[in-house]
Amino acid sequence: MPRTVIQESRTERLEILDMEGRLDEALAPALSDDQLVTLYRLMVRMRKFDEKALNLQRQGRIGTYGSIKGQEACQAGLVPALTRHDWLVPSFREHGVLISSGIPMHLVYALWKGDERSNLFPEGIRCLPPSIPVGSQLLHAAGLGMGLAKKGDPGVAVGFGGDGATSEGDFHEALNFAGVFSARTLFFIQNNQWAISVPLKRQTASETIAQKAHAYGFPGIQVDGNDVLAVTSASQEALAHVRAGRGPYLIECLTYRMENHTTADDQSRYRTPEEVAYWASRDPIDRMRKFLSGRGLWGEELEKSWALEVSTEVDREVELLETMPAAPATDILDYMYGERPWFLEEQRRLLQEEAES
Amino acid sequence: MTAATETATEAAEARPQTQKLTLAQAVNRALFEEMGRDETILVMGEDVGIDGGVFRVTEGLLDAYGPERVIDTPLAESGIVGTAIGLALAGFRPVAELQFMGFLYPAMNQLCAHAARYRNRSRGRYHLPMVVRMPYCGGIRPPEHHSESYEALLVNTPGLKVVIPSTPYDAKGLLVSAIRDEDPVVFLEPKKIYRAFREDVPTGPYEVPIGKARVVVEGRDLTLIAYGAMVRVAMEAEQALARDGVSVEVLDLRTVSPVDVEAIVLSVEKTGRAVVVHEAPRNAGFGAEIVALINERALLSLLAPVQRVTGFDAVFPYPMLEHHYLPTKERVVKAARRALDF
Ligand SMILES: Cc1ncc(C[n+]2csc(CCOP(=O)(O)OP(=O)(O)O)c2C)c(N)n1
Ligand SMILES: [Mg+2]
Repeated sequence: MPRTVIQESRTERLEILDMEGRLDEALAPALSDDQLVTLYRLMVRMRKFDEKALNLQRQGRIGTYGSIKGQEACQAGLVPALTRHDWLVPSFREHGVLISSGIPMHLVYALWKGDERSNLFPEGIRCLPPSIPVGSQLLHAAGLGMGLAKKGDPGVAVGFGGDGATSEGDFHEALNFAGVFSARTLFFIQNNQWAISVPLKRQTASETIAQKAHAYGFPGIQVDGNDVLAVTSASQEALAHVRAGRGPYLIECLTYRMENHTTADDQSRYRTPEEVAYWASRDPIDRMRKFLSGRGLWGEELEKSWALEVSTEVDREVELLETMPAAPATDILDYMYGERPWFLEEQRRLLQEEAES
Repeated sequence: MTAATETATEAAEARPQTQKLTLAQAVNRALFEEMGRDETILVMGEDVGIDGGVFRVTEGLLDAYGPERVIDTPLAESGIVGTAIGLALAGFRPVAELQFMGFLYPAMNQLCAHAARYRNRSRGRYHLPMVVRMPYCGGIRPPEHHSESYEALLVNTPGLKVVIPSTPYDAKGLLVSAIRDEDPVVFLEPKKIYRAFREDVPTGPYEVPIGKARVVVEGRDLTLIAYGAMVRVAMEAEQALARDGVSVEVLDLRTVSPVDVEAIVLSVEKTGRAVVVHEAPRNAGFGAEIVALINERALLSLLAPVQRVTGFDAVFPYPMLEHHYLPTKERVVKAARRALDF
């Protein structure tokens, strides 16, 4: 009996804007001029948010901070494709997604300042608190997606993770459950090619992360994560697939972490300035600016006024951050249970006595 | 060899050379020297190689011993501990690092369901000479999940030894013992005091025995029992109480499993009062075990109920409220007063 091929899979990569900002018309997503400009504005706003955070950290006004610099196209490309029904299940490097989804900047700064109230997002935004244990939250996205499917809810659960997260067992279990139960889940993986000091090739022997979805029985695509139009297009397509009840989808955005892992890290120990410079030359914001300028949709005046608008917002948000009243000590135990058990009652009295003495 | 150099060598041997090291450096020296002695020792974990570990504890090991022995693993705690088990079965002595104790949970299945059980399940045929190191405890104001103290979970797992040093000298000697142990040892490093102070640490290998506590200061009126980063808090309280004329004995357990019950009983029989300090939550924390041991073995020596100073039965808070969570000198002194005034 002959051996037969019983499974084959192919993995596609999507690029739409080249480095010079030239568009592949055939692949371009259908977006109005305003929508195109919005993508750019979102990215610039993220960059300014991030620069301020790095500054605040250097001045000791917030704690350890993980920068999103270089990943703006991934995050700006996704958000406009979402609706208010969709759930965000973020990891710790999604500030761009958060601040573009109606969460005020000062709450995200407050997270890195170490204020637990930062996780209390405005009413009506379906966003879970950013998850630190790498990859663990992806199972919640799978479960949410299972629940949304059962309820006939129009939403989609978007689970975020990095390249490092794809090594955790939870990532694989999440994909498997989502596939088996046809969950309304989009796995949105920002492959910035580093997990602290560990490069992608030490993380997986697969050529792509996208192909891992195929092993779990659903589509996965790699996009140029520094091309905001490619991310937009892939997001639209993936979300349409999930919304149509056709099961989960995985998008791998191939991008680059331009900064240290966090401000506690020293990248000079494990990667070269040349590598970072190479990726700086592929900056997602520059590329989109070239494209918009070429179309006559953007210019110096607009750049200046948007920069001013954003820095005014950033300053106002920092003001809000720094005028937040201090949280009472008892906050550390008041949210443990719906009803406070006796031992927490006792421990609470101890905290109160200390506060009064 | 001339007579003069001979005596110099003898003197050097008799009085081993020492270096002033931090706790982090002392751990590094133990790894470095033991790897030089035994080439079956492997170091593995996230960022332990080229980065030298996020706390630089494994710095220099990759250069010295190469990537076959100092292994940057994929980001998977279950994978790290599970493959360390396999490597140990294959004849290596893995020293696995988990980046923070907060990320122990994904590895619990491998650690508790397997590492702790191989000897028993194979009726003694297989045993696992492996160490799982990780920084634990709070006090450095990091993001969530970077401050946890889960020692009670591990002490409640039969088959594991659990070691927690509080000084550079002990850190090196205990890690050497852990690496040479034929059973799995979990080695918890108090990250708050990784670089808090230096002390003389001998160059060259030496063992501090697992399962033996250390009397830090002798006293008559009350015993303070602590381990890890809390030993310093206990010492601050001891000094405050000493100023008021209270003679406090401070016991540094150094190993929480198997705990040195003899040292505890001996001390409590002398002082009649005890306060246990740990920063892990209170409910079913390790302090409860100590109270039980004292009740079982030294009840009639007690002049007051044993007091506990612990963290709260709450999630370790984000940095801005962290200082409310951690046991302080003031809380320890207050508990000591309760015992003294009983
Ligand atoms: C379970 C777990 N293990 C280890 C860590 C420590 N840690 C935080 S981020 C990180 C690397 C994450 O890499 P990746 O998933 O690629 O995300 P990126 O930081 O690049 O955005 C590590 C090891 C953690 N937070 N959680
Ligand atoms: Mg990464």
